[in-house]
Amino acid sequence: MDNPVTHAADFFGDNSPDATKAISRSLGNRLLTGLCIGLSFLAMVPLVSILCLVVKNGLPLLDWSVFTELPPAAGMTGGGFGNAAVGTLTMVGLGLALAAPPAVLAAIYICEYDPRGRLAGTVRFVAKLLTGIPSIICGVFAFAAVVVVTGKFSAVAGGVALAVLMLPTILLTAEQALLGVQNTYREASYGLGATRFQTVFRVVLPGALPAIMTGVMLAVARAAGETAPLVFTALFSQFWASSLMEPTASLSVLIYNFSTMPFEHQVKMAWTASLVLVLLVTLTNVTAQLVFSRRSP
Amino acid sequence: MTTDAAPTEAVTAPPAPGAPDIIRVRDFNFFYGANQVLKGINLDIPEKRVTGFIGPSGCGKSTLLRSFNRMNDLIDGARHTGDIRLAGRSIYSADLEVIALRRLVGMVFQKSNPFAKTIYENVVYGLRIAGVRDRDTLDEAVERSLRGAALWNEVKDRLNDSALGLSGGQMQRLCIARAIANRPKILLMDEPCSALDPIATMRIEELIGELKSEYTIVLVTHNMQQATRCSDFTAFFYLGDLVEFGKTNVLFTNPTEKRTEDYITGRFG
Repeated sequence: MDNPVTHAADFFGDNSPDATKAISRSLGNRLLTGLCIGLSFLAMVPLVSILCLVVKNGLPLLDWSVFTELPPAAGMTGGGFGNAAVGTLTMVGLGLALAAPPAVLAAIYICEYDPRGRLAGTVRFVAKLLTGIPSIICGVFAFAAVVVVTGKFSAVAGGVALAVLMLPTILLTAEQALLGVQNTYREASYGLGATRFQTVFRVVLPGALPAIMTGVMLAVARAAGETAPLVFTALFSQFWASSLMEPTASLSVLIYNFSTMPFEHQVKMAWTASLVLVLLVTLTNVTAQLVFSRRSP
Repeated sequence: MTTDAAPTEAVTAPPAPGAPDIIRVRDFNFFYGANQVLKGINLDIPEKRVTGFIGPSGCGKSTLLRSFNRMNDLIDGARHTGDIRLAGRSIYSADLEVIALRRLVGMVFQKSNPFAKTIYENVVYGLRIAGVRDRDTLDEAVERSLRGAALWNEVKDRLNDSALGLSGGQMQRLCIARAIANRPKILLMDEPCSALDPIATMRIEELIGELKSEYTIVLVTHNMQQATRCSDFTAFFYLGDLVEFGKTNVLFTNPTEKRTEDYITGRFG
């Protein structure tokens, strides 16, 4: 060897201008990384503070009886919001049952059958438009379409309003989920002699299911917290609902009603209802994730 | 789509030495939109032999391969003229369902693509979609196909595990098993080893040698050594033309075309 490296300084060239630049670049790199981490924490501040506030204010009144008792009349203490919790579950479930099948099927059509067709383009455009529509408009629509026609406020009308709200979210996330399934799977299926129907329902849809469920859960989470569409459609009720065709209580409308009351107990109850709503949404999310991420072998 | 049969007698097909031909390509032109990717191809592929397609990227070899089972039908703006005959019958004839054609002409892809299902369900996919329900028939097909793809001994104790847990080479052999479960006559292989390490590649090449006693194999490859090792006949494509076709040892040692010689000696490609 002509020129043996004897010192680390020779090897790394510590004093060369390149080395100085490298140090300042790595410093810049670290600063930016730090900034990103810092801002990520900052973004979590509103979320965490809301959660803390809801837990702190909602926890004192939280016990089993809130799920079994009816809302207290104005100025009274005790009671719960069992009917509102059931009402929310009923109407979100109803909305999901109405929205998910057509939304997923429409997504299959625009993704698998005729992605570049005029109908697909129209459906995609309308769905995007619908996601931006204020939820109160969904309420007004369901009011006109169901409440006026049937002549009464009802859980069905509330369900329809929530379905209109959920439909575009589910459709668009389902389309993305289907697009996310690699084409190699479709080719494998067609290559083995499968029809399009078999390819979609045996290969593409199962592959997209976890991502579709994420979209569904997003829609559910949003719908569960909506107040405006329900005020127009399901109204509220102090009693247990005995059918789907009568005014029905919901957690969101209860929170809206109670939080504006001048009575301390009702305000506290609104906090507790908020906590229950948050827990309900979280629970459904976690359950869905667990169930559908384990489905693939 | 033009499905007219080409006037076969007017065409001078390249000499097909040895075995009887199972695929006859006649005056075949293929277009993606305005872009012509295959130009007047005439080619006879012999039965139960391995025919290699070589040529630089974009020469049309994969497009021709994917025409044999009409996978190109799935692409928007694809059209063709001329004809491809399988055992004397046009693959574009109205009374041959494309799903039936694809059962006869199995395909193995460049990137192994097992479904996110169990090993067992991957193999029987072709049978299930054809409506086979009988458990014994399915079990028999699984063992026969996995043995055929030299995978049985490695997976027989974990048939109900996910196929996605297999190694790259095993996945590709599973895809071969899945294809031969349909009992095809022809196996199309589109660069089946390009994503595999040398050991896994060797195993697939050995397997190709075993499979040709039962199936006609058409193998697209970028690897000229692979073509010389595996194929009995080789077709060299360049810019949409079939430049030369013949016995592999003849084509590689004594090519008649200048372009073939330049390509196989590594002067371009």
